[in-house]
Amino acid sequence: MKLIDILLFASGSLRGSRTRTLLMMLAMSIGVAAVVVLTGLGEGARRYVINQFSSLGTNLLIVFPGRTETAGIGPGMLLGQIPRELTLDDAQALLRSRAIRRIAPLTVGASQISQGALNREVAVLGSTADLLEVRHMSMGQGQFLLAGDVYSSESVCVLGAKIKRELFGQQHAIGAWVRLGDRRFRVIGVLAAQGESMGFNTDEIVIVPVVSAHMLFNTSGLFRILIEAKSRDAIERAKQDAEQILSQRHGGERDVTVITQDAVLATFDRILRALTLAVAGIAAISLAVAGILIMNVMLIAVSQRVKEIGLLKALGAPANQIRNLFFAEAILLSGIGSVAGLVLGEIGTRVIAQIYPSLPVSAPWWAVLAAFGTALGTGILFSVWPARRAARLDPVMALARS
Amino acid sequence: MIRLDKVSRSFTVGDQEVAALRGIDLDIAAGDYVSIMGPSGSGKSTLLNLIGLLDRPSSGTYRLDGGNVTDLTDEQQARVRSEKVGFVFQAFHLVPRLTAAMNIELPLILAGIPAAERKTRVAQLLENYGLTDRADHRPDQLSGGQRQRVAIARATSMHPAVLLADEPTGNLDQTTGKEVLNLLEQLVAQHVTLIVVTHDPAIGGRAMRQLHMVDGKITNEHL
Repeated sequence: MKLIDILLFASGSLRGSRTRTLLMMLAMSIGVAAVVVLTGLGEGARRYVINQFSSLGTNLLIVFPGRTETAGIGPGMLLGQIPRELTLDDAQALLRSRAIRRIAPLTVGASQISQGALNREVAVLGSTADLLEVRHMSMGQGQFLLAGDVYSSESVCVLGAKIKRELFGQQHAIGAWVRLGDRRFRVIGVLAAQGESMGFNTDEIVIVPVVSAHMLFNTSGLFRILIEAKSRDAIERAKQDAEQILSQRHGGERDVTVITQDAVLATFDRILRALTLAVAGIAAISLAVAGILIMNVMLIAVSQRVKEIGLLKALGAPANQIRNLFFAEAILLSGIGSVAGLVLGEIGTRVIAQIYPSLPVSAPWWAVLAAFGTALGTGILFSVWPARRAARLDPVMALARS
Repeated sequence: MIRLDKVSRSFTVGDQEVAALRGIDLDIAAGDYVSIMGPSGSGKSTLLNLIGLLDRPSSGTYRLDGGNVTDLTDEQQARVRSEKVGFVFQAFHLVPRLTAAMNIELPLILAGIPAAERKTRVAQLLENYGLTDRADHRPDQLSGGQRQRVAIARATSMHPAVLLADEPTGNLDQTTGKEVLNLLEQLVAQHVTLIVVTHDPAIGGRAMRQLHMVDGKITNEHL
């Protein structure tokens, strides 16, 4: 019997019992679609986190004051010690390291911003010119803080896109004056709209020179120092250098914490990958259930078609041909079911992508392949027994049954 | 053509051995028209199944077309059935979801004959049995006589040397039964060996050789 005839015959008998066939394909396709959509979601979450992190900057290290102990409460906390401040001098000293390309000190505070009769609360970021590069921000209009003297306390500011819109509307903002707290600042630039990343919305901030911010908030400490390492390979060295330089400056005390973006990223990556796999595993169970369904229905099909099987044998079909016919049915069933499932999964992913545009949902190729393979595999595996049963039927008995 | 030597066949029912055939010796020449008659349970269907290689003797030897076919494997049996034997059943045994043409085509498909050749052969058979305008009808849209004609066309599609008919007219009225029998007898003229199992003496009586069976034995033969 030719392959094409086997397939035609099998598809004929599938069409012969339409409801049964459709229900089985539905079960199979739901299983496949579940795997595709769920792994797509998991991958989406993973990529979302990675994107968020890399939008913060590349080869980024973050220094913050105080030593975070992984073992819980550190000795300093019990003694009521407040960690030593990070100063602008500390930040500048970091540039001595050859592994560090640029740094950007950060001071953060909240203040009232007003322009004419309009005013609102705003987060104020004190930093230097290098922040633009380090933090991968881009300008909408005008210019960023000027490079040069990082100790300057010029009264200039850069507005986030949303702040500019709220205070100036469509009007020109460059060159205008705004009031921050009790000081007046001249607007020299507006950031391009970027949206939120890692819970920090650059559209709703105002950036001023770091010393101006210190004066505004009456502090001298830095909230963070952002470090950009020279290259990916230099990250580890930059971290060691930063710790060494700062502990030297702090009288030998290691009282700062340096975290690398890579380390955080790798952890998230691992966690989310494990989650994706777990979810895929759960979805795969539905595939196994679909496989057992196929077996069940194939067994029913064999007992319903005993006469037909007997006839085929009488007409000269050997046992292996009967087995192949039932195999072909199972393969067609699970094959068409899985293709339908892939389509269904693709539609599901698109719908989710429509609902949550910020989540880059898309099933990884390995999951699609695995879902398809598992579906086909279970379909074939679970039809072995029914097919053998059909092949072993005694033709005399089968034909005699009425 | 067909030669049975002391062929016996027994079945185990519960813990009892039941002999369906007891030492049958039979010689049927090519082109013979043989009827096997007897009461139910006399073993005539078992004999037919043995000759059609759907079953195996418990003892004795069976030679078909010169070759010993007693101990063939399932696979070999299937091949001999495909090439040399055609079956016609009382209940027609057509596949309900297939059209008349496709039912006739079935043995050709199973034997792996190319589609183009199948098509011409099926068209010829449909014409021979007056079924051309019924080609696309499914069995439930055909009368009993038409169904049995489809079954005969199917049985002859591989040009078998032996045609085995088990109560071929059992489900038909007298007139259609006669028609069907005429069709079968025409095949004998084409040198096909025809064996008909029946309990109806009127039908069995038309054969050249008439075997009577009782209790698994051939009791007498009318020539």
